[in-house]
Amino acid sequence: MFVRLSIAVAALSVLTGAALAQGAKLTDPQIAHIAYTAGVIDINAAKQAETKASNKDVKAFAKDMARDHEAVNKQALDLVKKLKVTPEDNDTSKALSKQAADKLAELGKLKGAAYDKAYIDNEVAYHKTVNTALETQLIPSASNPELKSLLQTGLKIFQGHQQHAEHVAAGMK
Amino acid sequence: MLPGRYLATLALLALGALAVPAHAATLRIVMENMAISPAEASAKVGDTIEWVNKDVLAHTATAKNGDFDVTIAPKQTIRSVLIKAGTVDYYCRYHPNMKAVLTIAP
Ligand SMILES: [Cu+2]
Repeated sequence: MFVRLSIAVAALSVLTGAALAQGAKLTDPQIAHIAYTAGVIDINAAKQAETKASNKDVKAFAKDMARDHEAVNKQALDLVKKLKVTPEDNDTSKALSKQAADKLAELGKLKGAAYDKAYIDNEVAYHKTVNTALETQLIPSASNPELKSLLQTGLKIFQGHQQHAEHVAAGMK
Repeated sequence: MLPGRYLATLALLALGALAVPAHAATLRIVMENMAISPAEASAKVGDTIEWVNKDVLAHTATAKNGDFDVTIAPKQTIRSVLIKAGTVDYYCRYHPNMKAVLTIAP
């Protein structure tokens, strides 16, 4: 329990430290790229879970994540098109993608209940991290009011996902 | 074949048809920002529920006891008429933390 907790905390601080807590103010094109990337990461994790998960609640959760993040990302694409903003790759997006690829590979080696547990625990931690980043960094930095509003909507949705993931995780103990 | 009886039946049907809309109300339940409001609502058999989904995501209104299961696409409104009384706990199948109660009087 203590071990797992400290690992989770360490993973979180690595993610926030390296990937998200940079001092420089982000621009709207960068923010759009980060938000979109964060969505793609969760969709990829969900696609893996849809084929690998064995627990039916975990499988259903993965389906929900793919559906919702695809819907939000479509919304984001429509908005950037409308605003004529080109999402701009940046260090935060790169770090997020790199960490996500590592995590996907790590999860890919697991099977059965061990996989289910690791996936759902990571979903809890991931949504927590993304929500904190949205609240403390992305939303306050966004200049365009429509982008800000989309991020706020995203935050509400992802907070719902976090609760859902916590609920599924609690049911597996 | 029996004009008297036929007329009486027609009259009854007409009365029945009138009786329902006269008392039936429409109740709006809104799904927005991953929450259902009002979280507690009361209605009567024959009333119409207008399920309004203001989110960019699909939601469902799924009764725990199986009495109804409505899917509402993003930015859509669905109307359904209540046909059975009871206190029904319902939730969204896609977002199970979205929960509410509908009390349906006979
Ligand atoms: Cu929902």
